[in-house]
Order: sequence, then structure tokens, then C-alpha cells
Amino acid sequence: MATFVDRYPEEASVVKACLTVAFVSLGIGAFFGLVQALHRTGVVRLFSSVDYYTVLTAHGVLLALVFTIFFLLGLFTWAITRSLERPLPNIRLTWAWVGLAQAGTVATAAAILAGFVPDIGVSADVLFTFYAPMKAHPLFYAGLAMFIVGTWLAGADWFLAYREWRKDNPDERIPLQTFMVLTTMLMWYLATIGVAVEVVVFLLPWSFGIVETVNPLLTRTLFWFFGHPVVYFWLMPAYLMWYTILPKLAGGRLFSDPLARVVFVLFLLLSTPVGIHHQYLDPGIAEGFKFIAMTNTMFLLLPSLLTAFTVVASMEHGARQRGGEGRLRWLGALPWRDPAFTGMALAGLMFAAGGFSGMINAGMNINYLIHNTLWVPGHFHLTVGTAVALTMMAGSYWLVPQLTGRKLYSRPIGLAQVVLWFVGMVFMSNAMHRAGLAGVPRRTAEPQYNSFDFTTTMGSIEELQLQIAVGGTLLFVSVVLFSFNMLASAIEDPVETPVDDRLPAPLSGADGSPRVLDNLRLWTAIAVVLVVLAYTLPLASIVQDAGLFGNVPGVPMLIGNFVESLAGVIA
Amino acid sequence: MEIHAYEKLWLGAALLLIVGFIGTVAFGAVGAGVDMIDDDGGTVDPGALDQHPKFGDPGVYQSGPNEYDVYVVAQQFQFQPGTAEAIEVPVDSTVTFHVTSADVIHGFEVVGTNANTMAIPGQVSTFTVETDEVRDHGIVCNEYCGSAHHAMEGTVKVVPDDEFNATDGGA
Ligand code: HEM
Ligand SMILES: [Cu+2]
Ligand SMILES: [Cu+2]
Repeated sequence: MATFVDRYPEEASVVKACLTVAFVSLGIGAFFGLVQALHRTGVVRLFSSVDYYTVLTAHGVLLALVFTIFFLLGLFTWAITRSLERPLPNIRLTWAWVGLAQAGTVATAAAILAGFVPDIGVSADVLFTFYAPMKAHPLFYAGLAMFIVGTWLAGADWFLAYREWRKDNPDERIPLQTFMVLTTMLMWYLATIGVAVEVVVFLLPWSFGIVETVNPLLTRTLFWFFGHPVVYFWLMPAYLMWYTILPKLAGGRLFSDPLARVVFVLFLLLSTPVGIHHQYLDPGIAEGFKFIAMTNTMFLLLPSLLTAFTVVASMEHGARQRGGEGRLRWLGALPWRDPAFTGMALAGLMFAAGGFSGMINAGMNINYLIHNTLWVPGHFHLTVGTAVALTMMAGSYWLVPQLTGRKLYSRPIGLAQVVLWFVGMVFMSNAMHRAGLAGVPRRTAEPQYNSFDFTTTMGSIEELQLQIAVGGTLLFVSVVLFSFNMLASAIEDPVETPVDDRLPAPLSGADGSPRVLDNLRLWTAIAVVLVVLAYTLPLASIVQDAGLFGNVPGVPMLIGNFVESLAGVIA
Repeated sequence: MEIHAYEKLWLGAALLLIVGFIGTVAFGAVGAGVDMIDDDGGTVDPGALDQHPKFGDPGVYQSGPNEYDVYVVAQQFQFQPGTAEAIEVPVDSTVTFHVTSADVIHGFEVVGTNANTMAIPGQVSTFTVETDEVRDHGIVCNEYCGSAHHAMEGTVKVVPDDEFNATDGGA
């Protein structure tokens, strides 16, 4: 029986090219993560504390943007091709976006990593949020812009594929995976308007010196216009896998196709008009606008809660198909030896925990207690750092064999890898949450101060630091095992059936569901209206405050600047 | 479209939870009057802070009986006042902080409390706290602001009434 690579060899190469970039970024990013975990806690300091911020910028960009999004590009290419059952319409366009996104990544990564060598005179120690008026080298912004345009073209490619398919299938429902890809991309087009305007209109000209000043609140607001929905851009590939792959791995089928569609539509509608919830503590934005963002955010819980239901219900169905019985005993009948299944299930469990800490973040008032403390990275290492990243790694154990035509090198190593990730993250994330409650700030090389000590309600700061260091080490070892397993799988001998790649139809299919669900124009129009409602007034008032281009000059993040400033502090 | 009975139940419970959350926060804001950072502080010209009547000479200003205003300028890598000299305020008083930045975005967090705000150049953050206990609090910058960000800290001292000297607090 042939698999994906035999049916669509060109597309398989594209997916492999994307996943390769993703996994290399994961490896480098995880190494930097280890460096951070050891440095912050004072266990080992491999780099100077000045270089810590270069490391942290690279960690954020390589993992949160490059790893996740390149994986998405690969996964969606696979999903579109297999669910429309046809090759992509124009493979040259496909390779063009792959190349553009890769070139952008290389440019941005080069600008960041050059920060380690001051003599080059290029640096971008601005972290992945690049808040102006901190200024990076133009290469950093130019690379980002190329990367984003690359993703836009990828979306165009997939929409073209869908249009071709539609010509041949005028009356059919959109295949579920294609539906997921298209709604996610519509959300992405809407969301990236914010960052595209921020980078192309304001930051790039400013970094070249064409424009002198910026309005920092405006660029920051544009960043978060994009910065929250990007969270769903990370999450939707995981959801695609939880809805369409996990039920099969569990031995059953998806519970309900229409409800999966409803969930993706809700994400398209609600992902963007919420970004201001990252700015609860920002001056210059009226409380009412923050309240609107919070209300939308809370409703955004709905699709995730629905997903939790479907995932558990589909797993139970699978377990019962495999002979599981009882109220909870069916859990034992699940295929826990399969790393793809176990990894995704553990990722889902962690996502539930992340959901709880996320509700705290979202509450406008409690947010004050934890804003910018270590609680926040504690939270998102559960969500993007585990729900997404672990699902992607676990999914790879099932997906990659379809792309290479080779079996996975070792299932036991895979199993050890996903369990190790889970255990490591329990340590690291739990300790980060607690340290955050004590007020320990995030993004800080040496969170040790002269004028006060942090106090914890339970345990000691030393104990928390140890947990962060141990957890970070386990996580790093987990990535080493993953990389080794992937490399070793690449040199296995090709086989006829490397993996069972069939995806059974859902229990309730799309046919009975309202047609309006597939009306992408309608949903996009509503999404646009919601964004206009949420953002017009806040943006207008921010522009009124200080003008479009503001009155704040740039502050380049360079070592020379540091030495002068330090002299200033000492003097 | 078929929706399973359990799923309907779950959906109802989820909606209830969401509305409940929004309700508690709305109650906190309107009913209990929890103060949040908003646009009340207005704007300043970040290039001309030294000409500003208050930020030009940042520190503690008395504004009424038991009421004080504290003006703080955050800049790489210090709070003024706060770092070189502590911010001193008397106990049992109402203190309104006004925080801005002279260069990049900083954070201003009174450690372990919810007195926490961003300091954005051109904008002024204001928030009010009641001082109810004589003690020292740490202040950290919790937003990355450059290569010595981790060195940016300060102190707020809540002192007994008789030890308080308005001209001391950096004013
Ligand atoms: C080996 C595994 C990992 C370790 C040990 C690790 C460790 C850390 C630590 C200690 C921090 C906090 C640094 C600070 O605030 O000073 C951090 C930040 C961060 N991590 Fe990870 N991490 C890992 C994996 C991941 C993954 C898989 C992702 C996302 C896919 C991720 C995304 C981020 C992001 C976005 C930040 C925030 C960067 C910033 O504040 O600018 N990390 N990580
Ligand atoms: Cu968000
Ligand atoms: Cu700082």
C-alpha cells in the first residue's frame, strides 16, 4: 500500500523541507532554553548576562515563530493535498513561498545571532516582541517581513488548490482538513495586517533612518493586534491533529465533523479582537476598550472547551472500540505504547492546565498580580510550549514516515521522549508559575536584587530555581532524543507501508450540518466587522495622543549603548 | 445537525462559566472599584521631561491631607526616584503614582503586590494605592529594556508619620 510520498512526491518534498527548518529551529531553540533555565537560576552561566538577551531573542523567535510556523506550513501542505486528494496546482509557486519564508528566517536569525559577535556591528536584542523604541538592525525587520509574505503566499497556494478542487466538485462539502486550513489562513490574513503595518510602515523605515521617530504605544498595539491571534496560528495545527489524527490513533473516529467546523469558525471570528488583553497594564488605552477585549477573550474559551469535550469523547470512543469498559477503566485500553498517541494525549492534558492559568491571565484585575512575571512563561510553556510543541513532535512520529516512506527508528525512544517532555514541563512550568506569584520577573538574566528578597508562600525560591533548572534539563534531553530519532529514521530502509496512514470518517459527518458553516465569505466579513469594532477607537485615540509617527527616537540595542548606560547608572 | 446530549450540557456549562468570569471582573471594576491603568494619566513630551512641572523634578508631592502624588521617571536602568534614593511615603495615606519613561518601554512593579504598570515613553500611567503597613517594598523593572535590565530595581519605603519628611522622598 502506497503512502503520501508515493502519491505526491513533490508535495512530500515540500513538507519535508518545511519540517526540516522546524526541527533545526527546535534543536537550537531548545539549547537556548536550557541556557536560560540554568542562567536565570544561577546554576550555570555559560554566557554573559548581556548575551542572555541575545539568547532569549533567539529562543523566542526560533521556537515561537520559526518552529511552530514552519511545522504549520508543512502540516497544512500535507493536509490540503491529502484531503483534496490532488497535487498542488502550481508547484513552482509552492517552492517560491518555501524559499521566501526560509530566506526571511535566515535573515532574521542572522541579525539576532550576530549579536554574539559585537565586531560585526549587527544586533537585534529586541526579543520576539521587538517593542519600539528599542531598535534592531534593519535585517531583522526585513527578514520578518519576508517570512510573513511567505506565509501569505502559502495561503494563496492552498486557496488556489481549493478553487481547482471546487471546479471539479461543485456541490460537495469542503473536506474537513481543508476547511481547517482555510479558516486558519483567513484568520491569519486578518491578524497579520497588524504586524505587517507595524513592520513595513513604521519599523523598517525607522530602522533605516528614513523616519526619525515612532509612537511606541501604536507599534505595540499593532504588535498585539497580531500577537494574540498568532497564538491560535500555533494552536490550530495542534487542533487539526487532535480532531483528525488523534481519534484514529486512539482506535476510533472523530466524534463530530460539524462541531469541529463550528470551533474553527469561532476561532476565525474571535481570535483577533482580543489583542488588547496583553495591554491591560498599558497607559493610554481606556478601561472600556480593555473590557471589550476581555469579554471577547472569555468567549474565546468556548471553542477550546468544546475541543476538550470532543477530544475526550473521541478518545473514549476509540478505547471502547478497542474493548475498553467501565466508567474510567476504558482509559487503560488506549494505545499508551504509541508515542504519537501518548504525546498528543499528554499535550492535551497540559493544555487543560494551561487553560486554567490562562483564565487568570485573562482576568483584567488578577492580571495585575502576574503581568510580566515568570508566571507568564510558565503559562505559555504549557500552551505553545507543550500543547502545541509536544503535539507537533508526537504527530511527527506518525506523519514523517508518510513523507519519507521509512519506518520510525524507535517507538520506545519516542515514548520516552514524550514522557520526558511532560515530566520536565511539570517541573519547569509549575515552578515558574509559583515564582511569578512571588513577583519574580520574566525576561531577566539575573533575577536577584540588592534592595529586597522575594518571598514565597510555600517552599523557597531556591527550591523553585532548582525545579526550573531540572525541568529545563529534562526538556532539553527530550529534544535531543527527538532529534536523534528523526535523524535515525531518515536513514532507515524504505518500506511499502511505513505507517497506517488511513483516517476513518467521523461518526457524524458534515452532510447533516447547515451549509452556512462552509460560507467562508460570511465568516470573514463578520470577523472583519468585529475587528473594526474592537480596534478603531483605541487606535484612533493612540494616534491622536502622539501622532502616527510619534515623537520618540530609537534606542539601538547595542553593546556600546550598554556600556554608556551602565556608566550612567554608576555615576 | 446532531448534537449529543452531553455535549449540549457541556456547552451550557461552558457558557455559564464564561459569563460568570466576565461578571466577576465587571463587579470588581464597577462594584468594588478596583483601579486599573487606563488613559487618565494623559501624555507628556518624552523629549522634554526636564521641563515638565513634576517629571522635571520627580518625587513625592503632597496633594492633600494624607494624600500624596509620586512622580517617577523610568530610564535605562534606573527609577528616579526609587533607585538612587528610595521613594518614601507615610503610612495610612493615599498615594497616587504617576509613571513615565524617558527612553524605551519599562515596567514598574512593586514586588509581590498588584501595583504593577508599564512605563511607556510619551504616556503617563497613574494608579492609586493605600499604604497600610510600615515596611519596605522592592520595585523591579519587569519589562526587558536593554542589556542591564536585570539591574533595574528600587525601593518604596512606607514610613511612620513622624519619620516622614516630604522633602526627603526625592522631591
Ligand atoms: C527545552 C525546552 C525549553 C526550555 C528549557 C525553555 C526555557 C525557557 C525559559 C527559562 C524561559 C524564560 C526566560 C526569561 O523570561 O528570562 C523561556 C521563554 C520562552 N520560551 Fe521557552 N523553553 C523551552 C521550550 C520552548 C518551546 C518549545 C517554546 C515554543 C514553541 C518556547 C517558547 C518560549 C517563549 C516564546 C519565551 C519567551 C521569550 C521572551 O520572553 O521574549 N520555549 N523558555
Ligand atoms: Cu493573548
Ligand atoms: Cu527593564
